[in-house]
Amino acid sequence: MPDHGRLIPRDRTVHPAPRDPEYKTSVTRSPNLPLLSMESSPSEETGPTFGHGLLGKLDNNLILNFSQGAAPALGERILMHGRVLDQDGRAVPNTLVEIWQANAGGRYRHKKDTYFAPLDPNFGGCGRTITDENGYYEFMTIRPGAYPWPNRGNDWRPMHIHASVFGHSFGQRLITQMYFEGDPLIDHCPIAATIKDRASLDRLVAPLDFSKSRPLDYLAYKFDIVLRGRRQTMFENKLEGM
Amino acid sequence: MVQKIDTLIESASQTAGPYVHIGLMPTYAGNGGSFETEVGTDPIAGKIEGEIIEIVGSVFDGTGWALRDVLIESWQCDANGLFPGQDGADPNFTGFCRFAADAETGEYTLRTVKPGSYTGRNGVESAPHISLWIVSRGINIGLNTRIYFSDCDNSGDPLLGRIEQRPRVDTLIARKTDDGRYRFDIRLQGEGETVFLDI
Repeated sequence: MPDHGRLIPRDRTVHPAPRDPEYKTSVTRSPNLPLLSMESSPSEETGPTFGHGLLGKLDNNLILNFSQGAAPALGERILMHGRVLDQDGRAVPNTLVEIWQANAGGRYRHKKDTYFAPLDPNFGGCGRTITDENGYYEFMTIRPGAYPWPNRGNDWRPMHIHASVFGHSFGQRLITQMYFEGDPLIDHCPIAATIKDRASLDRLVAPLDFSKSRPLDYLAYKFDIVLRGRRQTMFENKLEGM
Repeated sequence: MVQKIDTLIESASQTAGPYVHIGLMPTYAGNGGSFETEVGTDPIAGKIEGEIIEIVGSVFDGTGWALRDVLIESWQCDANGLFPGQDGADPNFTGFCRFAADAETGEYTLRTVKPGSYTGRNGVESAPHISLWIVSRGINIGLNTRIYFSDCDNSGDPLLGRIEQRPRVDTLIARKTDDGRYRFDIRLQGEGETVFLDI
């Protein structure tokens, strides 16, 4: 078996704890017992790969993909872009990035969302792409609206886009959320607040990026995603002195 | 002043939320046709070697209620213990599947091939297993666990051997219910809590 190197153990202090009473659903959905620590094995060091043949032409354009180009979605047109990197700062090329989001009014196209903000007939809310050789990805979309949710008395999610990334091994799998620079709701959100380290939360807040904005067309937000790294294997399983 | 260790910090996880299916399983969300080909709908892409099995189960919360909105991904080797991409691996087996609990019953079904065992570092053989990654509303960071099989010899498995409280080993073992059929329930919290992994 080709040895891709062990995964660097996760620093769980940068992640939310499983149980956070302010995010009520987590109370009954979090393990009580500690996780079992283990060194990664081939089961976690390998992972699925996806080819460009998977993608349709409009898969990373949420403004047009639901109507198949017939009519654009309503809302503030934005480019969401960035790089997928590992902890050593190396690009993660050819990896699948998937996103989903509400429409400009904060309504999700899901049979379980009953919020009375209307659906946009030209907006589905899902997109996907594969990073290029430099780990770069981009999506055209509209800025999602904030929406209320039944948690505490009056909780509203900030504007956010969900992102799912594979990396090159099953143990790198990550789902996170991108927030928008300057959104005052971030500081009131119990889901954002599951992340206790402020710097860690700030890394999920995408800055406005005029360098990638296109005049008279769209604004841009930059969102880099860092996946856990893996150790070099140079010295593993070699006899002392060799 | 010492030198700085300039590695990056992993992006923090956030819950997948209740509408995760919009992005990852559009047909399940009611949005069929969003993508021409969805990812992970079937790990078996043609005629493959080995025994095709079905694993059925539920994911229970701390009150014993089955999650209706959970999404699970599985990753495994083929019947000969080879992972997709390795030399000689079954070309019609992708190793990857994405599935959800039924919105009415809370029960999932994973149809796949029964994995072989493989030899890892230092020549240690693992018992046949399937790796799982579980996300949903209320789960802040995806939960890793494994499915082993009641009709396999699990005695030498290095991961199961690390579980101190021996009765907890049973939480990772799918029970054979019929030819080619197994039951594997996952308990997130409380009595019979499934062993979750910090890989």
